[in-house]
This record gives sequence, C-alpha cells and structure tokens, in this order.
Amino acid sequence: MATPTATTVARSPASARDTALPNDRWNALEIAFWLLPVAAFVAFPDYRVLGSQVLITGLFAVSLDLILGYAGIVSLGHAAFFGVGAYTAGLLAVHGWHEPISGLFVAAIVAAVAGYVASFLVVRGSDLTRLMVTLGIGLMLWEVANKAASITGGVDGLSGVTIAPIFGLFRFDIGGRTAFVYAFVVVFLVFLVLRRIVHSPFGLSVRGIREGGKRMPAIGAPVAKRLRTMFTIGAAAAGIAGALLAQTTQFVGIDTLGFPRSAELLVMLVLGGAGRLYGGLVGAAIFIVAQDYLSGLDPVYWEFWLGFFLVVIVLFAHGGILGGLAALRARFARRAR
Amino acid sequence: MIGNAIGVLFDGLAYGSLLFIIAVGLSVTLGLMNFVNLAHGAFAMLGGYVCVMLMTRAGVPFLATLPVAFAAGALVGVVLERVLFKRLYRASPLDQVLFSIGIVFMSIAIATYFFGASQQPVALPSYLRGQVRVAGLDLGVYRLFLIAVVAVLTLALQYTLDHTRFGSQVRASVDNPTAAAGLGINVNRVFALTFALGSGLAALGGGLGIDVLGLDPTFPLKYIVYFLLVVSVGGSGTIKGPLIAALILGVFDVAGKYYVPEVGAFVIYALMVLLLIVFPAGLYGRRA
Repeated sequence: MATPTATTVARSPASARDTALPNDRWNALEIAFWLLPVAAFVAFPDYRVLGSQVLITGLFAVSLDLILGYAGIVSLGHAAFFGVGAYTAGLLAVHGWHEPISGLFVAAIVAAVAGYVASFLVVRGSDLTRLMVTLGIGLMLWEVANKAASITGGVDGLSGVTIAPIFGLFRFDIGGRTAFVYAFVVVFLVFLVLRRIVHSPFGLSVRGIREGGKRMPAIGAPVAKRLRTMFTIGAAAAGIAGALLAQTTQFVGIDTLGFPRSAELLVMLVLGGAGRLYGGLVGAAIFIVAQDYLSGLDPVYWEFWLGFFLVVIVLFAHGGILGGLAALRARFARRAR
Repeated sequence: MIGNAIGVLFDGLAYGSLLFIIAVGLSVTLGLMNFVNLAHGAFAMLGGYVCVMLMTRAGVPFLATLPVAFAAGALVGVVLERVLFKRLYRASPLDQVLFSIGIVFMSIAIATYFFGASQQPVALPSYLRGQVRVAGLDLGVYRLFLIAVVAVLTLALQYTLDHTRFGSQVRASVDNPTAAAGLGINVNRVFALTFALGSGLAALGGGLGIDVLGLDPTFPLKYIVYFLLVVSVGGSGTIKGPLIAALILGVFDVAGKYYVPEVGAFVIYALMVLLLIVFPAGLYGRRA
C-alpha cells in the first residue's frame, strides 16, 4: 500500500538514523558487507565475470542513489553519464591510450563535465519537468551515438578496445580474475569517497534540501548550487562505472546509453532501497543474479518479472529490501527494550 | 519542391493527429490527478492488437474493429484504474513512474507471449488505400481519412468539455480538485470516467495507427517520449494545447526524418528539452 504520508521513496527512510548528525564511523555490518565480494572471489571462481558486472552495476546504482535518494531528483536518463564514461574510456583505448587507470580518470572528468552542463537544465523545474528533461538528455545522447557511427560504431558498438595490463603487471584474462579485482578495488575506493561526501555537512545539507526544499534557503543554503554539485558528483561516479565496464569487457555497446538501462537501474535502486548508499549495491546484486537466472529460462519471462517486481515494490514494499530490514530491526529493538 | 514540402506537411499533420488522439487521454489524467502514467502507450498497443486480431482471425472489416478497440481500451482502462492506478494518486512522481514502467514491461512481455515479437501486418480496405489528386497534389487516402476522423473526434471532445455537465465537472476537477469535491462533484468518478475515455481513445488511436506507427510489442516504450512530449508541451487539461503540440511534433518529426535523416530523432528530443526549459507549464497550461 502506498502510504499517503511517505511522499517519496527517498523520504520514507527518514528514521532516527537518517536525521542524526553526520557520522561516518564504520560499523561491523558494513565491514562484513565489503568482505562478501572477497569471499565470492574465492568461493565462486566460475562466476567472476558476473561478479565484476555486479560490482560495476552496483557502483552505477550508488551513483544514481546520490541523485535520487539523497538529492531527491528523479532521473530517467542516468545511463547517459554511464555511457559517456564508457565511450570515453573505450575511445581512448581504441585510439592508442591503453593505460586503464588514467582512462578511468579521464572518463570521470568527461562525465562530470557532461553532468555539470546537464545539471543546469535538470535542477530547475518540477519533478515532472526534471523527469522529462533527464529522459530527453538520455535519448539525445543515444541518438548521437547511434548516428555518429563512424566514431562510436553505432548500433554495432565500439569494438577493438584493448587495455594494457594494470601497472604493466596484471593482464586482463578470460576468466575475469584481473577484471574482478580491478573492479572491486575501484568500486571500493569510489564508494569510500562517496560515503565520505554523503556523511559530510554538504551531504547533510543536500538531504535537508530533499526533505524541505523551501526551508533550506531560509538558513542560507544555496539550493540550486548544492543540487548541481550533487548531480555532477553522481554523473562522475556513473562515468567511472561506465569506464570500468568498457575496460573490463573491452567493448562498448550502444545499450550503455539506452533508456532500458536507466529504467533497470531505477529498479535495482528501489529494490535495494534508495537513500541508503548500500541499497544500490544490494539491489544490483540481487537484480543481476535474478536476471542471469530468469532470462536464462526465457528472456520474455524476465521482462514480465521485471515489471511485476516493480509494481509489487511500489505497492507493497516501500523502502526496498534494506528499508524492510531496517523496519524489522527497529521493531525488534523496541521489543527488546 | 513546394509540392514536396506540402506533402511533408500533410504527412506530418496526419501523424500529429494520431499522436494527439492517443495522447489526449494522458493529458487529462496528468492534469486531473497529476498522475504520471508512462503506461499510456500500452492502451494504444492493446487497441492495435484488438484490431489486428479481429481482422485476421475473425475476418471483421477494418472500420468495424475500431469501435471494438475503443470499447476494449475503455474497459481495461477502467478496470486497471479502479484496481491499481487509483492507489497511486497521492504517491510521489517517482512511485508513479516506477509503477507505470512496471506496467509497460509487463504489457510488452504479455504481448510478446501471445502475438510474437514481429511487426503485425495490417491490410487496409481498398477504399482507404492509394492516393487522390487534390489541387494538383497526390494525397494518401488513408492520411486524409485519419485527419478527418481526428477532426471529428476533436470537435466532439471540445463540445463535451465545453458544453456538457460532465465536461464542466472535468474542468472544475482539473482546476481545483479539492474545491470541486467540496461542491459535491464526485472527483473519483469523474476521474474513472475520464481515464476510461482516455484509454479508449488511445486504443482507438492504436488501431488507426497500425499503418502509420506500426505495431509490435515494444510499441509502448517506443512512443513513450512522443506521448509525454505532447502532454508536457501542450499543457494539461485542455484540448487545444495537446492538439497544437501534437501537430507541431508530427510535422517536425516527419520533416526532420525527410530532410535531415542523418540527424534522426535528435531533432525531436532537442525540441522537447528546449520547449520544457522555455515553457515549464506547457504552451496552454490551465494550471501554472
């Protein structure tokens, strides 16, 4: 049931934890969470390719969480920045720049610039306008990549991406061993930065804007500027995720820019729980494993289940998986007292 | 050259009329309940499949399938509205978007399951095929037919909205739902009826549009932008706004694809972003 009081998904986790002062101390659960990929690397050597997909998509979902869950901007075109990052890294590699880590940085900068420019269009206007503008920007970029086939490869995608070994030592292998470790390290480092940003006074101020956009100017917060900054950070993180995908798969498909990718990303984030940073990672893991299994049965069924889960989450499971777990924990904590 | 331009204009107007008839229902639901329904195209797809199935499997003539498509769309629309959509009127735009995207994905999967992923062929009756010469120009008969149908429907809608009791209830509810409810108007009932009417018109448009827009399971996703564009540019709660927006969009899209095919759909998306920035409330918004 959609409760009338919880006006946004983002607003629903407004618990004591959410309104507390910035506190970025690590707790045991978080540390355990980050040990899971390490365990998966050892335990499931056959699924390392899938594992790096999960990590990369998880980072992508976290980058949307910054914009949607924290800043409260509904975006239907977040894949635009993922695609920009992917094409930047891919094109660099195709044109002779094979070093991966500098490629990541360039991709992040290009995506950030794209995000900064787009943020001026996005921040103004109501929810519906934002939704339409982000959708429009995403579709425009898709069309650009589609029509500029001589540069991007068009619908066939950009192939011939060759990436040099990391630090000149670790070659990308077929089994996805290097790709997994590389993706894990990059995702973890970016996550550290994003976590710090979210827990900083700046992050708190952005959350304040989400909760009451009309009140924040009264305490002197530059609302539009804060939102633009957050949007740019989110775009840069999405660009890094895109670049990681391009480098680890050594290919850039035009679907990196597509609307279905933006829509699926929203699904993952809402499935995991928006506005909690870990929601994106959990949602991406469950989504990709489910997709791998269900679309193995039949791609058509997968699309049906995707839609079905969306409807069910919106109607019955506000806050996603982590939101539900947090509610359970709160209930037990109250009983114990 | 000039005849060519007029031909493009004419095709664009026919295309725009179709977009209008499909999207007008969305404009009212968006204006009335602020409901962002991305699944509106699914009703158009439903209408299309009803027409094709009746024609190919039951041998019903094309014109006779159109009222059935309308009825089917209206019926499914009112059932879904009562069972699902009405739960989300007070939800956030994000919830509405996610929910209706979910419906879109499900409708695509269902259509693929029953009818296959391929384009559905449509055999128009012979009197709607071919071209006629009007004042030295060759005009497609079917496109003339489309424009005529939409003109009649628009006049009927405008009359309903301006001169009937139901129409004034709709206008009152769009302007201020709370006050309208306070005056004894059953806003929920008005909305259910409007939703049914809008879905029915979308289904009718889907049936009429098979020849122009095509019909395959990805239809609701493919044209989502066009419908939203008509609505957001046209403003909500009027007939005139979406009509003008749809006609502009139709002409620009056809002209863009004809004269600058290398740019493709880019023209439309750029136009959309630009118009949204310049007119955030639409060209003829009743509500700012």
